[in-house]
Amino acid sequence: MTPTVLRALFSHWRRNKLQLFTLLAGLALATALWSGVQAINAEARASYDAAAATLGEGQFDQIVRADGEPIAQADYIALRRAGWLVSPVVEGRLNGQRLVGLDPLTAPGGLGPVTLEEGSDVSAFVTGAGQVFAQAATFAALGPTEATQVISPDVAPGTILTDIGVAQRLLGAEGQVQRLLVAPDQPLGQPSLDEITDGLVRQVAQGGSDVGRLTDSFHLNLTAFGFLSFAVGIFIVNGAIGLAFEQRRSVVRTMRALGVPLNWLILLMCFELLLFAVIAGAIGVALGYVIAASLLPDVAATLRGLYGADVGGTLQIRPAWWLSGMAIAVGGTALAAGAALWKLARMPLLAAAQPRAWALSGGKALFWQAGAAVGLLLMSVLLGVFASGIAAGFGLLASLLIGAALALPLILSAILSVARKLARGPVAQWFWADTRQQLPGLSLALMALLLAMSANVGVSTMVSSFRLTFVGFLDQVLNAELYVYTADEAETATFLQVAEPLANAILPLMSTDRSIASLPAELFSARDEQTYRDNWTFLQSVSQPWDVLARGEGVLINEQLFRRADLALGAMVEVAEGVTLPVIGIYGDYGNPIGQAIITEELFQTLYPEVQPTRFGVRIPAEEVQSLRTALKEAGLADANMIDQAGIKAFSLEVFDRTFTVTTALNILTLAVAGFAILMSLLTLAALRVPQLAPIWALGITRRQLGFYELCRAMLLAVLTAAVALPLGLALAWVLLSVINVEAFGWKLPMFVFPAEYLRLGLFALVAACIASAWPAIRLARTPPAHLLKVFSNER
Amino acid sequence: MNVKLAAAGFVLWSTSAWAQGFAGLGQTSEGFSDPTPGYSFVFPDDHAAHPEYRIEWWYLTANLADEHGTPYGLQWTLFRSALAPRATDGWDSPQIWMAHAAVTTPDGHYVTERFARDGVGQAGVTATPFEAWIDEWHLRGSSFDTMEMRAGGPEFSFDMSLVASGPLVFHGDEGFSVKSGEGQASYYYSQPFFDISGTLETPEGRIAVTGNAWLDREWSSAPLSENQTGWDWFSLSFEDGTKLMGFQVREGADAGYTYASWIEPDGALTPYANGAFRAEPLRTSDVGGRDVPTEWRVVLTEQGIDVTVTALNNDAWMDVSVPYWEGPVRVSGSHDGVGYLEMTGYE
Amino acid sequence: MLLSVEDIKKSFRSAGSVVDILRGVSLTLDAGETLALTGESGSGKSTLLHLVGGLDAPDSGTIMLDGQDITTLDDAGRAALRRAQVGVVFQQFNLIPSLSVADNIAFQARIAGRYDPKQSAEMAARMGLAEQMRKYPEQLSGGQQQRVAIARTLAARPRLVLADEPTGNLDEATADDVLDLMVEMTKASGAALLMVTHSERLAARLDRRLHLRAGAVA
Repeated sequence: MTPTVLRALFSHWRRNKLQLFTLLAGLALATALWSGVQAINAEARASYDAAAATLGEGQFDQIVRADGEPIAQADYIALRRAGWLVSPVVEGRLNGQRLVGLDPLTAPGGLGPVTLEEGSDVSAFVTGAGQVFAQAATFAALGPTEATQVISPDVAPGTILTDIGVAQRLLGAEGQVQRLLVAPDQPLGQPSLDEITDGLVRQVAQGGSDVGRLTDSFHLNLTAFGFLSFAVGIFIVNGAIGLAFEQRRSVVRTMRALGVPLNWLILLMCFELLLFAVIAGAIGVALGYVIAASLLPDVAATLRGLYGADVGGTLQIRPAWWLSGMAIAVGGTALAAGAALWKLARMPLLAAAQPRAWALSGGKALFWQAGAAVGLLLMSVLLGVFASGIAAGFGLLASLLIGAALALPLILSAILSVARKLARGPVAQWFWADTRQQLPGLSLALMALLLAMSANVGVSTMVSSFRLTFVGFLDQVLNAELYVYTADEAETATFLQVAEPLANAILPLMSTDRSIASLPAELFSARDEQTYRDNWTFLQSVSQPWDVLARGEGVLINEQLFRRADLALGAMVEVAEGVTLPVIGIYGDYGNPIGQAIITEELFQTLYPEVQPTRFGVRIPAEEVQSLRTALKEAGLADANMIDQAGIKAFSLEVFDRTFTVTTALNILTLAVAGFAILMSLLTLAALRVPQLAPIWALGITRRQLGFYELCRAMLLAVLTAAVALPLGLALAWVLLSVINVEAFGWKLPMFVFPAEYLRLGLFALVAACIASAWPAIRLARTPPAHLLKVFSNER
Repeated sequence: MNVKLAAAGFVLWSTSAWAQGFAGLGQTSEGFSDPTPGYSFVFPDDHAAHPEYRIEWWYLTANLADEHGTPYGLQWTLFRSALAPRATDGWDSPQIWMAHAAVTTPDGHYVTERFARDGVGQAGVTATPFEAWIDEWHLRGSSFDTMEMRAGGPEFSFDMSLVASGPLVFHGDEGFSVKSGEGQASYYYSQPFFDISGTLETPEGRIAVTGNAWLDREWSSAPLSENQTGWDWFSLSFEDGTKLMGFQVREGADAGYTYASWIEPDGALTPYANGAFRAEPLRTSDVGGRDVPTEWRVVLTEQGIDVTVTALNNDAWMDVSVPYWEGPVRVSGSHDGVGYLEMTGYE
Repeated sequence: MLLSVEDIKKSFRSAGSVVDILRGVSLTLDAGETLALTGESGSGKSTLLHLVGGLDAPDSGTIMLDGQDITTLDDAGRAALRRAQVGVVFQQFNLIPSLSVADNIAFQARIAGRYDPKQSAEMAARMGLAEQMRKYPEQLSGGQQQRVAIARTLAARPRLVLADEPTGNLDEATADDVLDLMVEMTKASGAALLMVTHSERLAARLDRRLHLRAGAVA
């Protein structure tokens, strides 16, 4: 029985190849976008982890030579024997790749590809010809080595890790190391660095800027995109399955009448769908790989530039990613088919087997849809006003989007019926009436378009707002032309001696870690300087905050602290044992995961006399920055400890433009999927359309005109959908910026609107709709009269 | 005998050995030398490293007291573990060094650990003058009888002077010490007669202390048989000046193989073969979620020994890469005294 | 003479072979005249009606309507002809489903530029549709739908009314009523009626009849 029943079921797809294609293509596209985005995220995260795990940069203090020369290995041993727990790092270029040599026995925190804790093969790593660890692409660029090559996707891109001895040999740098990593916990009774050897400086790890944390907001964007694309794809699949099941009602009835048990039939249909899901899922994951592989270089460039996070430009195949892609395909199919199977299971044997026009929502269904839409939108308002927490944020996002999608057909229907009433000529009236009648058949595709467009509006608003805000923030924070870090008091003295005659102003920065309002935070000092008054803007502040601050009568806090500790203006904050000050201003501090507070320099020095300034901002005419740098270098300060502001800014802006490349590519991809949904809906409807259009044609409207009207109809619906998508997208952006960001990262980004951008997006949507409806329209314009005439005759 | 600690260094040798834990000590030892009976020790050379053997240690424990009589304990240990039976200059020397140091007070136990590569000067042992070092830690002196010792970590440090008041003693058959019924063995001698004085620095403060120290020297290539899972090692100093070193190597839940050395105040040593020495747990304590025996009954009938051995501080857990229990003990019963207890295979 | 059809030929390509549907048919029709086209299924009577209505073009021959040869018209010209001069009633699917009955009736008159609300309303009333004007096609019975189609055609006041089995889906009594009404209204407006039917009974109610057999006049 089973083969016979299966053959009967499959015959439907053989006869309706377009439907099968829609189903498979929709599912494959949904999976592709989802898994493509996931792949990019996974790749980036793996790269951060690799970088953090192998290089320890930003994680540990480092010791280097002030003159930038390599450190003698003897100095390393001298430091160890004096009680400094440092670990040597040899670094150099080999065939253009970065070769890093570590000592696994002394490396802090389990750095490197082999660690004692994990029990890897230390022997092979440290003795004999040794081992080199890198990604396959890195080895390809490196060429053959005497040391065994171990392909390791976890190593940062373009980097080769090996034992320190092997690295020295490969680089021809025996007896030299580039830098020393300083373990966080040092033994008691340690002598100071200059008692042991000359010329070494300690660089403090850049605290508080955990790369993974910072880049999370970027990945959140990508994930939102992936999710919405997937939702769009599932709308397509839902449509295709719904239609197929509707059309197969009579087949199902006949087979049941012939004695095939209903449960068995449903089981076989599930099997059928599972098969499709697996096929489409495989295609989708492969496509996703292509998407990810082509986008990754831009994503990598963005992340590298924005956050200094090194991400490989090439993609690793990760099994987990394949599995999740397949799971999402099967899950999506189940989601899309659930309702259809449920209806089928409850269908009485003798129900009317006549296929009804699919998805023609009757009054009752419409009522429920309207109810659900209103309920969800209401819920999103309630969540927006009353709820807090990141889960509530995402709940708000979901209810807003689904509610709006459900409401879309009702909104469009209302608009069209008003237009119908306002229309003059008979053809115009027919056009509006007919368009409204097409709505149920097109509504899934239009919902998909709505989601795609609003996602685009939302995400591009978020990214652009982020750019504007971040640039403004850089202007505020990087108000000095040059930043200098000093290692100790002697170096500070040297710096001041050189810089003071040349600079317009020197802004020392002192800080101490201190829990504020029971949250981890840093307390900073600020000198009473015009620079701050000129550049800083506050989210909220008392009047003349800098004057109050200068009198030592208040404290400035960052937004993270303000939100997390719920500290309003005037709230009392303990800045030292027994010293409390009122909050007099709140400033934006984007990209910093922890709290921050600022008091005036005099007060800071009184409260924390032991803290010496080691960071300085130098106000100096931009054209003199270079000469100051040179002078400082000659005085013995390490060039690596000076950062000039213009460089950072130019770099940041260039990087944002890369971000836009990625965003635009994803925009176009999601719109393409929505366009595909429209195309498939129109093609599916085409057969049903002939009897509706034949009378009009018979009454004297040419086929060409009819085709033209079809085109206009699709574009009109796209424009109307775009009109709904714009406010929805702005709402989405608001949720992302003001709710999700606050919950996830502790800062709220001001929202800016970009009308030109939205207009461009609207044009994209119009083009997508135009392309999608062109083929059905041309087909209609070329329908042979005999085909139309068949509608009227008995032979049909 | 402290074999177990060498396990830590030893298991660096391979992943599979790591997975086996202490059982890894039962591995075969191709290319390495094996101890044989009848060896003639040559000093001071034999105080230095023997790279042709897989594992080796310089293992010092001390029972101390301050001016009020408050008891303390300390441990200074340097392990050598060979990946191959040779030593060369440079990073590719296949010898790896590991060190543990600890201070135990009645209320605290402070532990730290170091690792080092051979061949670059970060760690090593030389015979003349004697110096065993890793980083800033050292145990050194113009002779083996008068030494300075230092070690420390982020929480504690100690600086000590050692003077020997007796001769070296050689365990087993003139220093050939058998560890199992299947013949696994090591070279094993001790200096149990050190007078020690110096300063401990702990979070509880700086404390001047004096007492007795016991230094073990042992090297081997495969000291345990495959089915031996852990051991309990006792070094006890009685008030009458006699000393007892005894251990049992457990096989699963069974007592397994035992050995004891009875040491007279003049250094005369009587070895006792398997079965003479007995140790039974009397009480176990919950040490960080593990059940560890912290009170024992120790019996050596031939010398009239039937004592209760009690940990000074139950929490003397060595939370290092291969964890174990090691701490000072009090002895009461047929004889009174102090000592050190080491237990492995309870993690 | 309103309509003159001369030696019309038409063939269709079907499943690779060519089927001759019409092999040279001629006929004439005066204003105010009614003509029944009868014949077996496949005799070509529907095809002839479609050609006369400008719904399709013949392979050869001429069709003069009101002195104009409609066989020379292009797609747009034929569409204009259908709007302005011809009214067609099919057996089924005549109506525009998205428009109400009133809009359907008005539709053709409006695109032909001859809309007279009074006349349309009167036509609807005479067809017994006064109560149905706000309903949509799917809410009507088959007979009602056909009456809407006829009312729509007549409201546009075409010169020539073409009907292809207009009562084919109706029971006999209803069919007779509808046909009587159609003949009466056609004559009253001075138009001509050409009706395809396979019913001898209905054919007998018209002025003349023409029988087709295998694509030619019998």
